[in-house]
Amino acid sequence: MDTMLHITTLHYLVLGAALFLLGVIGVLTRRNVVIVLMSIELILNAVNLNLVAFSQLWGGLHGQVFAIFVITDAAAEAAVGLGILIAFFRNKETVNIDEVNLLKW
Amino acid sequence: MLIGGILVITRRNPVHSAVALIVTLLAQASIYLMLYAPFVAGVQIILYAGGIMVLFLFVIMLVSIDRSIRERQFNSQWVVGIIAATALGGLFIAVYSKGKDIFPDRAFSVAEGDNTQKVATMLYGQYMFAFEIASLLLLVAIIGAVVMAKKRI
Repeated sequence: MDTMLHITTLHYLVLGAALFLLGVIGVLTRRNVVIVLMSIELILNAVNLNLVAFSQLWGGLHGQVFAIFVITDAAAEAAVGLGILIAFFRNKETVNIDEVNLLKW
Repeated sequence: MLIGGILVITRRNPVHSAVALIVTLLAQASIYLMLYAPFVAGVQIILYAGGIMVLFLFVIMLVSIDRSIRERQFNSQWVVGIIAATALGGLFIAVYSKGKDIFPDRAFSVAEGDNTQKVATMLYGQYMFAFEIASLLLLVAIIGAVVMAKKRI
């Protein structure tokens, strides 16, 4: 009974993988750019979960420090991405990524 | 937490997605607490659930959502996207079922009391250079966001 209730690192990794998959599905299938950016946040959170889980597994703090750096990157990415989104919405009056096709030949 | 993640990618209204994402982030902060990482949990709540989500909600309010709610929600290559995601999921399952024995069962118990102090010491000691690079990245992101959102440069 005790071994069944014990949460190992593998459980955290499977949870991170599931969250990563949800983010990938969101990025690949949704049309709304805002929701695509939110799915990218989900992916980054999955990576953070793995980093902190391994940090606890090996008893160090490197993973947690890296998780903080990843959070910093996520903030920067969200700011720039939403700025691009506002510029795009001003030009095209839409937030659908199907219509972001200026680079398509 | 997974329910929140599913809601993020299935809701029609972006505001509902944002609320579901907040639920997911808070659940993840509690998981950080379970993993003896109180500082990362605090940063998660303050920065993600506080800062980034406010940014998202502002942008949702700026762009008009009335039209996009009524439109088709999934893009034209969603079949390919689902196939690729399924392949990735199969890869994850294969890797984790084959390699689940390589992880040791026990975990080192980390002292929780001075976690924040230790993280700060590492951040300003061993990772000093990366810390400076991160601040430079944030500066670039601020300038980039302002330039992108400006009407006329």
